[in-house]
Amino acid sequence: MSTATIKPPANDRANAPRRPVYLDYQATTPMDPRVLEAMMPYFTEKFGNPHSRNHEYGWEAEEGVEKARAQIAELIAADEREIVFTSGATESNNLAIAGVAHFYKDQRDHIVTLVTEHKCVLDTCRHLEQEGFKVTYLPVKPDGLVDLAELDRAITDRTVLVSIMAANNEIGVIQPLAQIGALCRAKGAFFHTDCAQAYGKIPLDVDAMKIDLMSISGHKIYGPKGIGALFVRRKPRVRLQALIHGGGQERGMRSGTLPTPLCVGLGRAAEIAKNEMATESARLLKLRERFLKTVNEKLPEVFLNGDLSNRLPGNLNLSFAYVEGEGLMMGIKDLCVSSGSACTSASLEPSYVLRALGVEEELAHTSLRIGFGRFTTEAEVDYAAERIVQAVSKLRSMSPLWEMAQEGIDIKSIQWAAH
Amino acid sequence: MAYSEKLVDHFENPRNVGALDKNDPGVGTGLVGAPACGDVMKLQIKVNAEGIIEDAKFKTFGCGSAIASSSLVTEWVKGKTVDEAATIKNTDIAKHLALPPVKIHCSVLAEDAIKAAIEDYRKKRV
Repeated sequence: MSTATIKPPANDRANAPRRPVYLDYQATTPMDPRVLEAMMPYFTEKFGNPHSRNHEYGWEAEEGVEKARAQIAELIAADEREIVFTSGATESNNLAIAGVAHFYKDQRDHIVTLVTEHKCVLDTCRHLEQEGFKVTYLPVKPDGLVDLAELDRAITDRTVLVSIMAANNEIGVIQPLAQIGALCRAKGAFFHTDCAQAYGKIPLDVDAMKIDLMSISGHKIYGPKGIGALFVRRKPRVRLQALIHGGGQERGMRSGTLPTPLCVGLGRAAEIAKNEMATESARLLKLRERFLKTVNEKLPEVFLNGDLSNRLPGNLNLSFAYVEGEGLMMGIKDLCVSSGSACTSASLEPSYVLRALGVEEELAHTSLRIGFGRFTTEAEVDYAAERIVQAVSKLRSMSPLWEMAQEGIDIKSIQWAAH
Repeated sequence: MAYSEKLVDHFENPRNVGALDKNDPGVGTGLVGAPACGDVMKLQIKVNAEGIIEDAKFKTFGCGSAIASSSLVTEWVKGKTVDEAATIKNTDIAKHLALPPVKIHCSVLAEDAIKAAIEDYRKKRV
C-alpha cells in the first residue's frame, strides 16, 4: 500500500526538518514555554540557596519555592505545608510507602496495593516484603478498576497503608478514589495514591477523597523533569521515616537543597493545569473520539483495553488483533507511540498490566498506547489514524494469523510450540 | 535502537509475501513460533522435479526483525536444492541483517521455518 495518499500535517516552523508526530504523552510531555519562562530567572539571577536565611539571594529563591508550593497545593485543595518536594514520582512513591511502613512498623505491618501499579510501587513493596512486611497485591476487574468489595476484605486492622494509583500509566483508567479513601479512613489505614498520571489532568481533592499521601510528577504535566512532590496530610497527621538524610529540609522528610528553578517550574505547570484543565480535557476527549471513529470505521477487530468512561482524556490503549505491536510501531515510525508488546524489552513477556485485565497474551502483543496532549493538533490526530489504518492493513495482509482467521481456522485449536 | 538498512528494506519492501497451495505435492509448508510469544512465521517452498526450490512465500506475525528475517530467507532459498537450503544458519541471517542481540531469536525462528518447510515437503515425498 502506498503512503503517497496520506499527507503528514504541516510543520509549525517553515523549513524545519520534519519530526515524527509525538503521541506518547503518558511517557513524558514537552515543557510548556510558559513554564520555562517562569524558571529562567532562577538559573542565573535569582540563583540563591532557598535555605539561606540571611541574605536577599536566599530570600528571593525561597519566595519562588514557596509560591510554587502553594500553586502545587492549590490544584488538589491541600495546604502548602503539606507539600514535600522530591526528585520525581518514583521517589515520592518510595518515600510514601517505605516511609509510612517504617515509621508505623511497631503498630501495623500490612500493605495493600494493586497488581497494575507502576513498577516503582510494586518494587518498593517487594523490598518491604523482604524486610518482613506483608503485602496484598489485589487483582483488577477486566475493565482495569479495583473491586471495592475485594479491597474492603483485604484491609485488616494490621493494614497500615493502601497504595492505589489514581490513573494507570498504560491504560489510563481512573480508580474510584473517593470510595477507596472512605474505606481506608473507616478502617484506620492510610491512603496513598500515585497521581503521576492524574495530577493536573483530572479534578483531585485530598479532603473530599480522603487522600493521606499523593505522589506528583513534574514532567507529566508539561513541567520540568527531575522534580516531583509528595502530599503528606497534616490533619490527621501522617508521619514518615525519611529516605534521604541530611540538613533536615522539607520538615525533615526530605533533606537536600531544593532545586529552585525546578520547583518554580512545577508550580507554574500546576497553575496552568488548574486554569486550563476543563478546556483541555474537553479538547482531548474530542480528539480521542475523532481518532477512534476513523480507526473503528476502517479496521475490524480493534479492541480497547481498559474502561473508556473512567479514563484519562488523552489516553488510548488498543489491541490491533493479528498484528504484532513492535512490528506495527516500525510500520508507523513517523508516529511516536508505545507498545504493550514486550518485544521491546529483553523479557519477551507482554505488558503485566494488560495481562492483569485478562487480555490474552497474543492480543497483548498487538497493543499500542496512544497518548494525546496539550500540543496535539487535529491534523496530527487525523494523520496518525490514517497511518495506523494503513500500516495495520498492510501487516495483516502479511500475517499468517490473519490469514487463518479469514479462513475460519481457530488459532487456539493449533498446537503452537512455545519458544 | 537503530536497525540496519538491509533490515529496514526487507521490512518496508518485503519479498515474496503470499501463499502457495499447501496441498500441492511439490509444496512444503513450515509454521513455527507461537502467537503468545509474539511471533509466528509461515514459510512455504515449491520444489520442482529436479529438486530445486523454484519459489518461496512467507507470511509473518511479529516484529520488524522477524518479518525481515523471513523475507530474507525466501530470497536465499530460491534456486537452491533442498539440501542446500537446509544448511542455512541462523547466524548467517543475523549477520546479514545486523540483528541486535535481543532479536537473535528471530533468525533462529527463520531457520526453524526453513527446516519445517523442508520436513513437510520430504514427508509428502515418501
